[in-house]
Amino acid sequence: MIGWLTRTFLPVLTVLAAIVVIWYAAAIWMNQPFQRDTYVRQGVDWTLPQLVRDTWNQDRPVLPTPHQIWGELERTVFNMAPTSRRSLVYHAQITLSSTLLGFAMGTVLGILIAVGIVHVKSLDQSLMPWIIASQTVPILAIAPMIIVVLGAIGLSGLVPKAIISSYLAFFPVAVGMVKGLRSPEVLHLDLLRTYSASPWQVFWRLRWPSALPFLFPAMRVAIAIALVGAIVAELPTGAVAGLGARLLSGFYFGQTLQIWAALIVAAVLAGLLVSIVGLANRLVLWRMGMSR
Amino acid sequence: MIDARGLSLVFQTADGPVHALADVDLAIERHAFVSLIGPSGCGKTTLLRVIADLEQPTAGSITVEGVTPEAARLARAYGYVFQAPALYPWRTVAKNVALPLEIMGLPRAERMERVKRNLALVNLEGFERKYPWQLSGGMQQRASIARALTFDPDLLLMDEPFGALDEIVRDHLNLQLHGLWHRTKKTVVFVTHSILEAVFLSTKIVVMSPRPGRIHDVIACDLPRERTLELRETPEFLAIAQRVRDGLKAGHAYVD
Repeated sequence: MIGWLTRTFLPVLTVLAAIVVIWYAAAIWMNQPFQRDTYVRQGVDWTLPQLVRDTWNQDRPVLPTPHQIWGELERTVFNMAPTSRRSLVYHAQITLSSTLLGFAMGTVLGILIAVGIVHVKSLDQSLMPWIIASQTVPILAIAPMIIVVLGAIGLSGLVPKAIISSYLAFFPVAVGMVKGLRSPEVLHLDLLRTYSASPWQVFWRLRWPSALPFLFPAMRVAIAIALVGAIVAELPTGAVAGLGARLLSGFYFGQTLQIWAALIVAAVLAGLLVSIVGLANRLVLWRMGMSR
Repeated sequence: MIDARGLSLVFQTADGPVHALADVDLAIERHAFVSLIGPSGCGKTTLLRVIADLEQPTAGSITVEGVTPEAARLARAYGYVFQAPALYPWRTVAKNVALPLEIMGLPRAERMERVKRNLALVNLEGFERKYPWQLSGGMQQRASIARALTFDPDLLLMDEPFGALDEIVRDHLNLQLHGLWHRTKKTVVFVTHSILEAVFLSTKIVVMSPRPGRIHDVIACDLPRERTLELRETPEFLAIAQRVRDGLKAGHAYVD
């Protein structure tokens, strides 16, 4: 047990410790010009330990230290009512809802596109180049247009953000499912032909179960980029609410602590979402008897 | 049961046309066990696939149960056993065997009853809930035979079903298959590489030769209908085996 713990966690903890050390050193280096200007302006003498302590505890540091970010998180995540507009839980939940809706829409769209491509030869040739081209256009350029166009027809709030999110999320699902739906062996297809099975039966009894091991890895990528899409989608709406809004207002007002806290929450959220999809994957494979 | 006349099949490949079958005439009677034997590339698998409507002949005619192969396939007239077991890994053994029954829309109770009966037929009772990867190669192939038998087709098409198995397992399965054929009175078309296997199982052996794939000789195998492994040591058996070997040799099976 102890051997397992050290084997599993020791490497991770070592890297973490190294990052923290480099982080604090970098904070001294990057925050000291402002700190020294301040000493000059105030006309105070300073010692090295004092400089180090002050660079680690500025109000608007260039690079905040981990304990400052933790303090900000404590304040805005744990010690604030989740309904407050300054609570990060409130903002995270807004981003989460558009992420989940965008992910669901993107997954369904991706699967439908893949089914079309696999079953209709003309779609295979006509659709795939467009799908790939769609991902070369920066989402940052498309997001405001979608917001404006949908705003003009009276759609605002959750749906436009989810659409932007699904614009990113559908892609890995479509590509993965095309591969997955084409993965059955010739032998397995021939077998159903000898039973003169209908295309519908071939799909549900062979193509769909064969594709599931491809669907879940695609969904793990999709949910992570759905979150990115949701954050990007919050920027052009005028930074009202959501993690993206916190990032943007942090930039406007030079609130580096606020930016970093939002970043950390977004990263934790992404990690959680990806793990949930990973768990669902294991559950489904286990139910299908494919985990050994 | 099966009647092929002047059957030819040419595959168009990047390297030019390949004559997989050339002018094949073959008649297979009901209740017969016919082996197709020959070296790789002699078209024995192709012939089996033409019978199953998995390939289309380019010339000649063929009927299966008096109709075209396509009509026979649509009527689910045959069960096909592939070289590999081709079990679906996400289905249990019972569910794999029930697959054709599901597709044919049989009610659940009848499916379960037939699965049970056919698994017993191939000595796989008690393995219903196992997944294919939990079974040995021989057991997997037996499950695939049970799957081909569940919907009770009169015709069984088998494409080197025991080719990938070791000799001991193979002898055992040959014996089981022989008993199965003897009891169920099915017509079997059996593709093989093995002379012993062909002589042991068949009532008729079709020796094929390659480039182009054609029938070189048809050898009647008039051993007693009920057979044991010891039969393989008898002079009658060895004489037929020798005829098959001579046929293969004359058909250039042993030259490169």
